[in-house]
Amino acid sequence: MTVATAPKKATTNLIGLEKSDYRGLETTLCQGCGHNSIVSQIVAVCFELSIPPEQLIKVSGIGCSSKAPAYFMNRAHGFNGLHGRMPSAATGAILANHSMRAIGMSGDGDTANIGMGQFKHMVRRNVPMVYIVANNGVYGLTKGQFSATAEQGLELKKGLQNKLPPIDICLEALIGGASFVARSFAGDPRQLSTLLKAALAHKGTAVLDVISPCVIFNNKDESPKSYAWGREHEEPLHDLTYVPERDEIVISYEPGEITSVAFADGSSLRLKKIEVDHDPTSRLAALTLIEESRTQGTFVTGLIYVNPTQPTFVEISGLGTTPLARLTPAQMRPTEETLRDINARFA
Amino acid sequence: MSVQSRLAVVEKSGVTRKVNDFSIVVATVNGSGSQTANGVILRSLFAMGIPVSGKNLFPSNIQGLATWFTIRANAAGFVARTDQSEILIAMNRTTVIEDLKGLAEGGVCLYADDMAFEKSRGDVHYYAIPATRLARESGAEASLRPYVANMAYVGGLAWLLGIELSEVESALAAHFRGKAKAVALNFGVVQAAHKHAAENLTKTDGFRVERMPAEAGMILVDGNTAAALGAIYGGVSFAAWYPITPASSLAEGLQDYLPQLRRDPTTGENHFLMVQAEDELGALGMAVGAGWMGARSMTSTSGPGLSLMAEFSGLAHYAEVPVVIWDVQRMGPSTGLPTRVSQGDLLFAHFIGHGDGRQVVLLPGPNECFEFGWRAFDLAERLQAPIFVLSDLDLGMNLWRVPSFRYPDQPMDRGKVLSAEDLARLGGFARYKDVDGDGIGWRTLPGNSHPRSAYFTRGTGHDENAAYSEDPQVWEANMARLARKYQTAKGLVPSPVVEHMSGSRIGLVGFGSTDPAIQEARHILAQGGLPSDYLRLRAIPFADEVGRFLAEHPVNWVVELNSDGQMHSLLKIYFAEHAGRMRSLAHNDGLPLTARRVVQAVRDEKEEER
Repeated sequence: MTVATAPKKATTNLIGLEKSDYRGLETTLCQGCGHNSIVSQIVAVCFELSIPPEQLIKVSGIGCSSKAPAYFMNRAHGFNGLHGRMPSAATGAILANHSMRAIGMSGDGDTANIGMGQFKHMVRRNVPMVYIVANNGVYGLTKGQFSATAEQGLELKKGLQNKLPPIDICLEALIGGASFVARSFAGDPRQLSTLLKAALAHKGTAVLDVISPCVIFNNKDESPKSYAWGREHEEPLHDLTYVPERDEIVISYEPGEITSVAFADGSSLRLKKIEVDHDPTSRLAALTLIEESRTQGTFVTGLIYVNPTQPTFVEISGLGTTPLARLTPAQMRPTEETLRDINARFA
Repeated sequence: MSVQSRLAVVEKSGVTRKVNDFSIVVATVNGSGSQTANGVILRSLFAMGIPVSGKNLFPSNIQGLATWFTIRANAAGFVARTDQSEILIAMNRTTVIEDLKGLAEGGVCLYADDMAFEKSRGDVHYYAIPATRLARESGAEASLRPYVANMAYVGGLAWLLGIELSEVESALAAHFRGKAKAVALNFGVVQAAHKHAAENLTKTDGFRVERMPAEAGMILVDGNTAAALGAIYGGVSFAAWYPITPASSLAEGLQDYLPQLRRDPTTGENHFLMVQAEDELGALGMAVGAGWMGARSMTSTSGPGLSLMAEFSGLAHYAEVPVVIWDVQRMGPSTGLPTRVSQGDLLFAHFIGHGDGRQVVLLPGPNECFEFGWRAFDLAERLQAPIFVLSDLDLGMNLWRVPSFRYPDQPMDRGKVLSAEDLARLGGFARYKDVDGDGIGWRTLPGNSHPRSAYFTRGTGHDENAAYSEDPQVWEANMARLARKYQTAKGLVPSPVVEHMSGSRIGLVGFGSTDPAIQEARHILAQGGLPSDYLRLRAIPFADEVGRFLAEHPVNWVVELNSDGQMHSLLKIYFAEHAGRMRSLAHNDGLPLTARRVVQAVRDEKEEER
């Protein structure tokens, strides 16, 4: 048969897996929920980058966002822990086996309300993981209360008005000492996909604050966390291109317009200037950018800050190559002779 | 006149000789460096083969408040705290009047001579030591003088009791880890004080020490260090903690010894990691994450920290993640008395977390901090559960004369873990399926390369495959399995220790640091014609043996250091049929238990019976 001999379209990635190998369970999130778009991008990116699913852990807290790890990569171990406490469980897990990759899924309530303390200590430690906040400004599972990222003056379904100023997750991450801070929009899959790849290439904590509209409780056109508002107002900082290590393609850009960020794994992210002149390697510029965005009410997305060489917690902790979770009993229990020495010290 | 001939005078004058049987209380000011001096006295007596204990009764303060250190020496081996001391070392002018009032009849007061106070007790033997002057003359820098002044009372006491100076010097060498200059400076003051006393004082009391045949294999160690070492020989690879009195020295013990014992000799790699977390939520969170990943993992804390750990404890219980949690108990509720002892976290630890759940609790006695340190990991991995080890401030922070550490006599039990090869053979697995009938499922570790190794760990309701489920039957079946697992734990935890006396009709039930006081009380009661049997609990769930013990005695005293009688309550729950046979002996004043409390309670009831 001619069909049989025709060259088959490549449906497998470099490690021989199909995209379906990266899928999770059927989502139980609402139709149109921004989180589903994030999930789709994770599946696509991990497939494209040929990440072995068994070499990745999915960690999350509690909330709509934190249910999401069930909907991608069934072949990766998942840990759906406690509300606001994903960072500590993830930290312990990663330190116990630093050969694993980790994707954390959190929400605005999980991160900026109940989990602020752990979030800031995780970024301070620069624990190697991708930390995604699916940010919609509202509690979904408990039916529409404000979270700490809700805009001042926002009115939700129940007619209550939020009287407090919002917490900016990217700003908190920066002040906490994060080494990778990006903001994206669930309605901009192309940019989200590129930032996810860069986040996975980054060796430390990569914070991705993704505005991810809640179609049930916070998607009125005038709400800054709605699809309509996002599409209308999104101002990408750069035109982004992720260049995998193996890719030697040289993309021709005008000189002076391109910045390239090289990651430890050999890949790089090329940033082409659009309008503003933002240097994502400057923490001060990043802080200024967020503050100006706040005062001007703009929706700036893209790579806000990156320091690809900032030492990770694994690097500074003195861990060896053998993961702690893979030590043998002989490596774990000192010899009887050593105990004789110990006893002699107390005799 | 030699010391010997002076003693002869004492004996002639009719003062009773008391050899190797007394309590010393050292009254000082917190932060004055007296810990070194007290430790040296304790270690010297220990080295002379005399059973001895030391207890630091200290304030929650860095410097300036009154602090007391009690040392008990007893040839018969009874080293529980006593209510009264026979020898007072008075170094704190603000407390000396009260300290003197508390001294036993015919006691001794050794005091710093620049401290003016009314010698209100005519029955007490007074000895003045020029501590300040000797410190000044020692050649120590001005900043060090208050510290070395403490060595003056060491020298004075050595003269008074006949403590061998060579042992004092060895103890100093051990304390200063051989730093010759520090040893010489301090020992110089000890010698000067000893000389001063010998030349200027006359011994009028009968207290003294005599070397005893050394009992082989005894060591002097605090429970927190023992626990840390036990954990290291149990293979702890990850520990996260948050500083808290009285548990900090357990984590610091790990920090001290892990680099010595768990660094790969060929590659120099660390086979351990410790993290000081931002709080106890984070500490247990990290430990649970590491336990889930497959590392032997632990945390150590005290009551207030355990309160914060309730949340992750519940998750570890329900998601079935191995982790070891040491709770070095202090006095609660709330901040309570941070530097005082209690056994008040018992009910909280056993039932920790909302919803249903009973946790495995280990109750080490003074000799078992090391053993339970390693055993806890075998239990945690076998049972896939959090294991709570309840120590306390007295056990953890004070020095105990205990048998030397015994190397684990069993290979590590890593529990039910499926490898990629196992999965290839089996074709797959169901994480929470009770295939062996013991309530324990098989788990895989993240990183297992088999495509069917992954499962979704969650605190939400789940079926055998770890999938979310709200099905009533699934829920009930899972809870029934966890109850089976609890029954399995009953057969794995350390069994109680039972000691009988012939003709006994009284049962005493205790656990942990109260052991020496209970043993001494039994001795006193037996001398008074009231023999007793003793069951020392070592774990929850309780063995069936506990019920049999309770049934054997018309009256069982449940001895514990808390106000609510928590162990009494627990025993009434699990052995309701014997509730009428149990009496609560709950004592809770922040201090280690004394034998007198137990003796009094038992005798009072006997009086009532008559």
